[in-house]
This record gives sequence, structure tokens and C-alpha cells, in this order.
Amino acid sequence: MSTPEHHEEPQVKNGFTDPGLADHRPRRADVEPKADKRAERQVAALFTVSIIGTVIALWAYFTKNDMEPGDVADIQSTNMWIGLGIALAMLGIGFGAIHWAKTLMRDHEMVEERHELRSSDEAREGAIQNLKDGAADSGLATPDESGTGVKRRSVLKGSLITAMAIAPLAVLVPQIGNMGADWNVGKFRHTMWAPGVRLTRDPDGTPIKAADVTIGSVFHVIPDGLNDLDHHHKMDQKAKAVVLLVRLDPKDLKIREGREDWSFDGIVAYSKICTHVGCPVALYEQQTHHLLCPCHQSTFDVSDGAKVVFGPAKRPLPQLPIAVDDDGYIVAQNDFDEPVGPSYWERLKGDAGTATVEEESH
Amino acid sequence: MGAKVNTAAAGTANFVDDRTSIGGFVKFFARKLFPDHWSFMLGEIALYAFIVLLLSGVFLTAFFVPSMETVEYEGAFETMHGVEMTKAFESTLHTSFEVPGGLLIRQIHHWSALLFLAAIMTHMCRVFFTGAFRKPRELNWLVGFTLMVLGLAAGFTGYSLPDDVLSGNGLRIIDGVVKSIPLIGSYTSYWLFGGEFPGTALIPRLFTAHILLVPGLILALIAVHLFLVFLHKHTQYPGGGKTDRNVVGLPLFPVYTAKAGGFFFVVFGVIALVAAVFTINPVWNYGPYDPSPVSAGTQPDWYILFVDGALRLMPGWVFGIPMEWEIFGYTLSMNILTPALILPGLFFGFIALYPWIEKWATGDRGEKHVLDRPRNVPVRTGIGVATITFYVILVLEGSNDIVANLFHLSLNDLTIFFQWAIFILPPIMFWVTRRICMGLQRKDRELVLHGHETGTIVRHENGEYIEVHSPLSEQELWLRVQHEDIAPLEIDPEYNEHGVRRKGYRWDRFKQSLSRFYYEDRVSPVTKAEFDEAQHHHGHGNAEADLQAADAKDADQRLTDEWNKVEDQAK
Repeated sequence: MSTPEHHEEPQVKNGFTDPGLADHRPRRADVEPKADKRAERQVAALFTVSIIGTVIALWAYFTKNDMEPGDVADIQSTNMWIGLGIALAMLGIGFGAIHWAKTLMRDHEMVEERHELRSSDEAREGAIQNLKDGAADSGLATPDESGTGVKRRSVLKGSLITAMAIAPLAVLVPQIGNMGADWNVGKFRHTMWAPGVRLTRDPDGTPIKAADVTIGSVFHVIPDGLNDLDHHHKMDQKAKAVVLLVRLDPKDLKIREGREDWSFDGIVAYSKICTHVGCPVALYEQQTHHLLCPCHQSTFDVSDGAKVVFGPAKRPLPQLPIAVDDDGYIVAQNDFDEPVGPSYWERLKGDAGTATVEEESH
Repeated sequence: MGAKVNTAAAGTANFVDDRTSIGGFVKFFARKLFPDHWSFMLGEIALYAFIVLLLSGVFLTAFFVPSMETVEYEGAFETMHGVEMTKAFESTLHTSFEVPGGLLIRQIHHWSALLFLAAIMTHMCRVFFTGAFRKPRELNWLVGFTLMVLGLAAGFTGYSLPDDVLSGNGLRIIDGVVKSIPLIGSYTSYWLFGGEFPGTALIPRLFTAHILLVPGLILALIAVHLFLVFLHKHTQYPGGGKTDRNVVGLPLFPVYTAKAGGFFFVVFGVIALVAAVFTINPVWNYGPYDPSPVSAGTQPDWYILFVDGALRLMPGWVFGIPMEWEIFGYTLSMNILTPALILPGLFFGFIALYPWIEKWATGDRGEKHVLDRPRNVPVRTGIGVATITFYVILVLEGSNDIVANLFHLSLNDLTIFFQWAIFILPPIMFWVTRRICMGLQRKDRELVLHGHETGTIVRHENGEYIEVHSPLSEQELWLRVQHEDIAPLEIDPEYNEHGVRRKGYRWDRFKQSLSRFYYEDRVSPVTKAEFDEAQHHHGHGNAEADLQAADAKDADQRLTDEWNKVEDQAK
């Protein structure tokens, strides 16, 4: 380390000579003893603020923690006082230390030389030589002079690399293999909907009569029996099976070819899982018959086969074919005829065979 | 007492040094110099926010139960009595409502996470715009870049732990994105979730990632990052006496021990203050995860907005062409892959590789320890601003429903606007920024050659008005003339003298065109010759100019005298 007075030749750039470090500008506390004393008092005061802050935090913790259970406002006030105490405790130390450094500590800039990061040529050569020697000692590389035993060593090299390359599989394959449960991705294809399963209200599970569904109304629907499942299976099933039930004026409804009997007197049911990335498409606009996904704003037209009218989704929402049973309740005619939710690579490759596997795995 | 303490300290130091030779380290580190500039503390904020994250995170692990086992809620928060939820969510409520200070620590943890990423990104911008990523710091740029990506991972895994509706929908989006990966998408989803979404495996797995894997990696890389900072020594802004071969600053002990050490407490204090006063992520208002409900206007944490924005921006149909392709019966969802994987991949790839891209254009010019003033590298500064523009458009699109609501705009129009803007605005911002930089460079030249305008107008006896300029101080002057005038690369011809095409010519051609893009159109710094010429012209050009200058000086002096007189009288 050296001071600016005796360092190397000043640099020259574009013909100009570096004027060297700017002169040190003394601070108030450097020249006025009064200012120096004042700064010292300020620093001490800031440290005292920190002490007070700690006291406040501890006081809040001990006196205010008889909070009313469940009273959010009360809890938030306790937390606020503890937080304010911590904030003061920290800021006092912080500002005190910084103020000290800025006003009282010596602030003459100093100069330190840098050294090029590149190793010296000798060091590099030495390193290379050491590696060569080591390689030669191991027998992996041919020694410079005598070229013996090359064949066997290449076998050694090859087998070592192969062993090292595949050894992780011994650990990773069982580990990864276990993480995906049964790997039966055919489950994407099927939901709880089946012939005759009643459409019931989400979340209480009460069945819905066709007569209850007035024009313009919308029902968030789960399959009958979902609530009887244990929580875990319920969540997995619900993530696929949720449906929106809407009744339109039959003359507003454009019915797709082949789906003539999938609706009932203007009542249609569509999967609530967005075909984009799977958010629930929960916002229904009565006037336009549009369903909007709040996550990425894919918009589907319920009056026209739930086709995409805006946003990032490409496919219409899958339609659930419905009918009305003898008691007047709305039931499913069948499961969806395509996988619900986001697209995936083998989405169109489904075959009926996977269905039975899936039933058993439950 | 002081003497006693000193003896004890000396004794301990002796004991430790005898066994570790730590004296050498202390000698090396204690008076190590760091240059002083406010912009150097951005990275410090990130470091300190991370320490606060560790401290508050340890507190939270004492109460959080990373389990998807279900319970019926019977805790202190009455409105949720009887609701089925996972233990993860229940323990989050317990921490918030039954642990005194628990809510505060949750909020400290969440706010520091937001600050951590904000500080990292601002720090990256500082490093980018000042060229601090140049040789020898390219590797440290990569380390920092990786830290940013790990920060995103840490944030997202933590955000998802409470298992509330909001984070659950976020996970569902991740599931949708993962499923879109060709060939292995469905299986990757099964691997992540341990079967079908949502399953029962995810929260414990995310917990391990969030409290062990990711922070472990972050800690290790922070160590590498700081080690390289020490090894390289800190960069410094240009100024008199500052060269690529020295470092000018104040010593680690005591100045930076106090300043940087104190700054940790300031960062902690500010986070505590914000967490004490502003609620964040009130999961008790959202409820436990359920695949069915969702509310409008929900947002991920800010650092994820750009991905969410990209997902919102990408239309499912472009001019009637579907963006989900069916190829031999397999489905390729370009409407998901493009915004969620390809675009972030390219964006991050560009950021990671940028030091090398610029090096191709510039050529290896040795170690650079004196920072660039952003105006002196207009193309880089333009690229930076264009990149930020691109990013900000995605972030705004990520909260387009809130923006639309706030400004009473149509949501659809706003999205369509951004769909065009993402292509149009970044180039415009690049061009505008570059022009502004060059304008500032010309202004610097003007200042160097002609000095400061003093505001003093002098009228000559012949009726001519001139303005008096005062020359720059040597420090002001040096700041404006010290940077390198980089010309585009010259490359060897395609064929050698024997008419044989040389290898690597195409690569050189590419580097040359890149170099032209960077440096063809440039404003060179004033050279000493130009400066002398201007002085000559001002000072001793001809008798007329000479006379003018003398007159001006006289007039200036007279005005100053009169002004002083007026001031004295006023006193």
C-alpha cells in the first residue's frame, strides 16, 4: 500500500495526463472541535435509540402477548409494536455506525496497487509440468520418453470414464423412479364423471334440479360423491372434475355438431379447468356469455361451444354431456370425451385400455 | 480495565494465531481498500436481505409443518373453524395468530425475499451499465447471474409453502407449463408432484428445496462471489488518480466495518419497519388450497410477474393460426412453451452470455478495473435500456388486469397493445437511449473544448456580445477525456497471399459486424491535440480574439467587483 505521493508514473489517455487524486476536502468535524463533539453526541444518541428500540420490542412481547385469540387487529398491533421495536433497535445501530464512519473516521483516500490476475509464465509452466508428471505417474498419459503400455492404459481410461459416467444412475434411477408414484399419466384422461353421476353444488355437494337453473345463472359444480372421498383423493379428483353449469336462452345457444343431446333446454356444462395452464375459469359474464380465466385472461364463449375468443388458450373448454334423471336432477351422461386442462405431448394418443388400469389404481 | 482487556485480547490473538496463522489474513484484510460510491451498496442490500432471510427463516422453521396431511381447523382464527386444510396451511395460521411476533417474522421473511430479488436485479443493472462485467469479472457475472436464478427459485418455492389458494393456483400454472414440455412433460409433472396434481408430496419436497438445497447453493455461490470480489479487488469509477492498475478507497477496518456493518442493521431495520406496518400475503383471507375457487386480480410475487406476463401476452391464435400444434398425433403447445420456457431461456441466456457478446465486438483489451460512464458506451447502454423495457412490458402485462382497472382501460386492448409493444418499444428505446448517450458525449466534448458557460454576457465597444466561458478544473477535464476510443475491429482478409481461404474467417466476419454495430458510429473523446487547438483558437488565434478575451475577462472582473460591493453594502 502506498500513498498517492509516491506511486508510479501518472497515466496518459488521449494525450492528457492524469492529474492524480483530487485534494482531500476536510469535513466540519475535521476542522471544528465543536462539530466533532456534536457528531460524537449524535452517534451516541443513535446508539441510545437502538437500546430504546430493544426495550420496546421486549416490552411489546411480554405485555401485549395476552392477545385475544383470533382477533386479527389485536394480533397485528402486537406484531406492529414488536416490529417497530426491532426496527428502532436495528436502525439505531446502523445509522449510528454509518454516521460515525462518515463524520469521525479518517476519510483520506488511500491507494493500493493491483496485480495482474494472470499467473506468471513460470507458474503456468510449472503447473502444466506438474499435471504432466502426475498424469505420467498414474500411467494415464504416455511418459515423454518411453511410450510403453499405452494400450492397457487406454482401456483403464475408458473403463474409468464409463464407470464414472454411469455410476450416478445407481443412485438417481431409484431416487427419481420413486418420486413419480405409479407414473400412470393415463389418469389425466379420466375424471369422476360417469353415466348418471349427479351434478352437485361446490362446495356443499347438494344436487341441482334442472328447474333451479334459471336463465343467466351459473353454478360451480362438483360430481356427486366427491365430498365422500378423503381429502387427498378429493383434491386430486376435484382438480380435474370441477365444472361450470350455465343456462342460456336456447336461442342464444349455438349447438355443435354431434353434441345435439349434450345440453338440456339451454343448460350446458363445461370443464372449469382452463385449457391453457389449468387455472379455474371462474368468472362468468352474463351479458356476453363469456367465461374468463383470471390467471391469464383466456376468454371462452359459452354460447358457442366454449371456443376461445381471446387470450392464450387455443382449445375450447371440454363439454360435459348432461341429461336430467327421473327425479329432475341434472346428471352426467358420461365422462368428458377428451382430457381436461392443459395440453400435453401425448394428449391425443389416449386409448381405452388405460381406463381399466386407472380404475384399479384407486 | 482497558489494559486488562488488551492483555486478554492479545492473549487470545496469540493463542489463535499460534494454531491458525490467522495473522496473515488479518494483515491482508484489515486495511484492504474499497472505493466509495453509493451504487456499490446495491449488492450489499442483496447480501443483507439474504442474511435477514436466513435469520427469519430459522424462526419460521420452528413453527411451520411441511405436511399435506389434512386437519380440520380448530385454532385461534375463528372464521376458519371446521375448514379442512393441510397442516402446512394450519401451521401458517398458527404461526400468524398464536405465536407472538410470528406474523411479524413471516412478514419480515416475505418482505426480505421481495427486497432480495429487487436488490439483485438493481445490482445487476449497475454492473451492466458500468461495464463491471468486463475482464476479469466475466466469471463473477455468471456467478451473480446464477444467484439471481437461484433467488427466483428460492422465492417461488417459499411462496408456495403455505398451501393457500393463491400459491396453489401458482403451482397449478407450473404444472400446466411442465406438462407442455415435449415428450417428458407428463412424466416430469408426475415426478414433481409425486403423481397427479396436487397430490400429497409437493409441500414436503418444496420445503426441502426451500430450506436446504436452494439456500445451500446460494450460500456457496455467495462465498464464491465475494471471494472473487476480494481476489479481483473492487472496480472504481473514473477520476483523477484512478487507473486499471490501482484501487483508490478507504480501508475495510474501520471505515467499511462501520459503514457496511452498520448498513446491515439499516437494511434489517427498514425491512422490520415495513414488515411491522404493511401486511403481506394474508393467507387467512385467501383460504387453504382448493382447485375450484379463484379470484380476479390475483398476482404472484413481483419477480414472477414477467413469466406470468409472458403467459398472458402470448395469444393462443396468431392471425388465425393456432399456436398449439398437432404433429403426428402429438401435441406441441407453443402457446405455453414460447412464453414460459423458450422466451425466459433466451432472455436469461442473453443476460448470462452478454460479457462474451460484448467481448467479441470489442476484442480482448486487458483487465478493466475503471468503470465506464454509461454514456461512453452508447450501444451497451441502449441494449440495457431495451432489455429493461422488454422486461417491464412483461411485468406490466403480468398485472394487466390491475393496470387496466386502475386506468379504466380495456383489458383486451391493453394486452393487444403490449403484444405489439414488446416488438416495437425495445428497439425504439435502444435507439433513443443511444442517441441520448451520444448527445451527452458531445456535451462532454463541448465542455472540454470550450469550458463552462458562466452566464456572464459581455458587450464589446463595437457592439458585439460574447459569453464568457470558464475552463474546467483538471479533475473535471480528466473525467471527460480518460475513456478509450474504441474503433471497430479490423480483421485479416479472407484469402491469404497464396489465395487460400483461411479458417475462422466467417467467425471473424461475425465479430467484425458486431463490432461495427457497437463502435462504427461513435463520438470520440477529445484528444490533447484537439484541446490545444481549441485553446489556441480561444486564446491566441488572432489579435481580435485576444482582445475579446481580455475584454471579457475585464468585464467579468468588473461585474464581480461591483457585485461584491453591493453585497458588502447590504451587510
